Amino acid sequence: MITTAGVSQRTHRQAAPASGPRRGGIRPPFSAWHLLLAPLALIFAIPLIWLLLSSVMSDAEINRFPPALWPSGIDLGGYQYVLNNAGFPRWFANSLIVSVTAVVANLVFGALGGYAFARMRFAGSRVLLVLILATMVIPFQLTMIPTFLVMKRLGLIDTLGALIIPSLVTPFAVFLLRQFFLSLPRELEEAAWIDGCSRLRVLVRVVLPLSRPALSTVAVLTFLATWNDLTWPLIAINHDTQYTLQLGLATFQGRHHTKWAAVMAGNVITVVPVLLAFLGAQKAFIQSITSSGLKG
Amino acid sequence: MPSLPTPITIADRAKERSTPRRPTGPWYSQRRQEATTAWAFISPAVLIIIGLSVVPVVWSLLLSFQADDLVTPSVWVGLDNYRALAEDPNFGQAVRNTLLYTAMYVPLSIGLGLGLALALNRPVKLVGLYRTLIFVPFVISPTAQGTLFSFILDPEFGAANSVLHSLGVSPQGFLTDPAQALLVLVGITLWSGTGFCVVVYLAALQDVSPSLIEAARLDGAGRVRLLRHITLPTLAPVSVFLVLWQTINALQVFDLVYVTTKGGPLGATTVIVYFIWEQAFKNFSAGYGAAAAYVLALALLVVGVGLRVVRGRERRRLEGATS
Repeated sequence: MITTAGVSQRTHRQAAPASGPRRGGIRPPFSAWHLLLAPLALIFAIPLIWLLLSSVMSDAEINRFPPALWPSGIDLGGYQYVLNNAGFPRWFANSLIVSVTAVVANLVFGALGGYAFARMRFAGSRVLLVLILATMVIPFQLTMIPTFLVMKRLGLIDTLGALIIPSLVTPFAVFLLRQFFLSLPRELEEAAWIDGCSRLRVLVRVVLPLSRPALSTVAVLTFLATWNDLTWPLIAINHDTQYTLQLGLATFQGRHHTKWAAVMAGNVITVVPVLLAFLGAQKAFIQSITSSGLKG
Repeated sequence: MPSLPTPITIADRAKERSTPRRPTGPWYSQRRQEATTAWAFISPAVLIIIGLSVVPVVWSLLLSFQADDLVTPSVWVGLDNYRALAEDPNFGQAVRNTLLYTAMYVPLSIGLGLGLALALNRPVKLVGLYRTLIFVPFVISPTAQGTLFSFILDPEFGAANSVLHSLGVSPQGFLTDPAQALLVLVGITLWSGTGFCVVVYLAALQDVSPSLIEAARLDGAGRVRLLRHITLPTLAPVSVFLVLWQTINALQVFDLVYVTTKGGPLGATTVIVYFIWEQAFKNFSAGYGAAAAYVLALALLVVGVGLRVVRGRERRRLEGATS
C-alpha cells in the first residue's frame, strides 16, 4: 500500500472541519470524501492503466472499430516486435549510460564545487558563485544552438558524448549542495581537519555522510531530467544507434503509427524505470520536488 | 528520518560573515595551498558551466545578428533577423499560440492543484494513494505522454472516440483538428502537471497554523471564512511561486508538441520553442532561430524578475527587513 507518513501524521490537525456533523464515534467508518476523491484520482490513473492494457493487446483488437477497451488475453507481440525489430534494447542502454553518468558526475562535481564554495576561501569565489547562480536562469533554448556548434567542432555530434558532456554538472547541483553544506555545523569538520585530514578526506568522510538528503535530491532530479529529455538528443543525435529511449520512442511512433501495440510496449519500456524509481523512493522524490520548488 | 532540507536560504551568508575567523591554526596558515585545492574542486563545474552556458549566451547574441546556416561562414546582418521576426506571420502565430496555451494552462493547473490539495488535506484513509495517483503522471516524460495520448486520441483507433461512440457522440479530431489541438495539449499537460501543484500546495498546507485555525473557530469562523482569511493567505507565497514557475515552463513547451502534432495542424500548435527549433535545425537558419530565442529569453527574464520582486516583497513582509 502506498501511503506516506507526511499525510497520515497530519490527521490530528483538521479532523473536525473535514467531516462535517459528527456521526458519533471517533472516526467515521467511511468518509463521503471518497466519493469525490476516488473518481478524481482514477481520472489521473486511467491513461496509465490504458497504456499497460493496450501494450498487451493484439493488433486485431486495437484495429477494429470501435477498438476493444479490455484485452482478451495477454499478447506479447508488441514487446517482441520492439525488442527484436527496433532498437529499443540499444536505446535503453544508451539512456541508462547517459543518465547514470549524469547522476554520478553531478554528485561528484556538485559536491566538490559546492564544498569549495561553502567552506574554502579563495580569490574570485564570490564572483564565480554569482556567475554560476546567474546561469541557473538561462533558458536552454538560448544555449542550444551554440552548444550544438561546440559539440560539432569537438566532433561529438551523433555520439553519446554530446549528450553526456552538457549534463555533467548543473549550477543547480553546485548551489543546492553548497547551501546544504553551509547548514552543517563546522565543528565536526574542524576536528577532522586538525587531526590532519585533507580537505578531500573531510568532504568524503565527514560531510558527505551527513548530506544524504541533499545528495538524493540532486540524484533524483538529475536522473529525471536526463532520462526524460527529448530536446537535446533530438538536436545532437541523428543516427539511430545513438538514440536515447525518448528519441527512439518519438521516432518509432512517427514511423509505426499503425502498430499501436508495439508503440505502447515501447512506451512502457520508456516509462517503467522512472516509475520504479518514483515508487521505490516516493518520499524522497516528493520532498526533492517540493523543497527545490518551494525554496529554489 | 530526513526532514525537509532547508538549504536554499541566502540568510545564513550573513551569519557566516559575522562569525570571526580564527586567526591561528591550520585554517589560516595554509591559505595558499587551500586556494589551489579550492580551484581543483571547482574547476570541473566552472569549466562546464561557463563553457556551455555563459559562452553560448554571448555566442547566441552574436549569432542573432548574423545569417548563419550552421555550415558556411556567417554574414553580419545587424538587426535584420529581429526586424524579420517582427514581420514574420509564423512567428506571430507561434507567440499567440504560446500565450494562449500559457493563459489556459497556468490558471487551470494551479486552480485544480489548489482544489485537489484542499480536498486531499484531510484525515481520510487512502489519501496517500490518491496523492500518489495524481502525482505519478508528473514523472512521465513528455515523449511518453505524447505517444500515449496520440494513441488514446487517435481519431480512428483511439479509446477516446470509442468511448464517445458508445455515448452516442460523433467522433472528434482531437490533435488533428486545428480548432481542438491546442486545447488538447493543455489537457494533456494538465494531466501531467497538476500533480506538481497539488504536492507543492499539500506541503504548504502543513504550515497553516493549527492554533490559528483553532482560535478562529472558537471565535465562530465558518469553513469558508477559515479558508479565506487563514488558509489562503498562508498559501499566498507558494501561489506566487507556482504562477511564475508554471508560466516559465509553459512558455518553454516543446517536447510534447514535437511528439504529438509537430506544430500542426495548419500551425495551430506551433509554439515559440518549436519555431526556434524548426528555424535553427530544420531550415538551418541559426541566426534567425537565435534571434527568436533571445525574444523568448527576454520574456522569461521579465517573468523571472517578477518572481524575484514579488517573492522578495513577500519575504520582507514575513521576516521584517533583515536580509
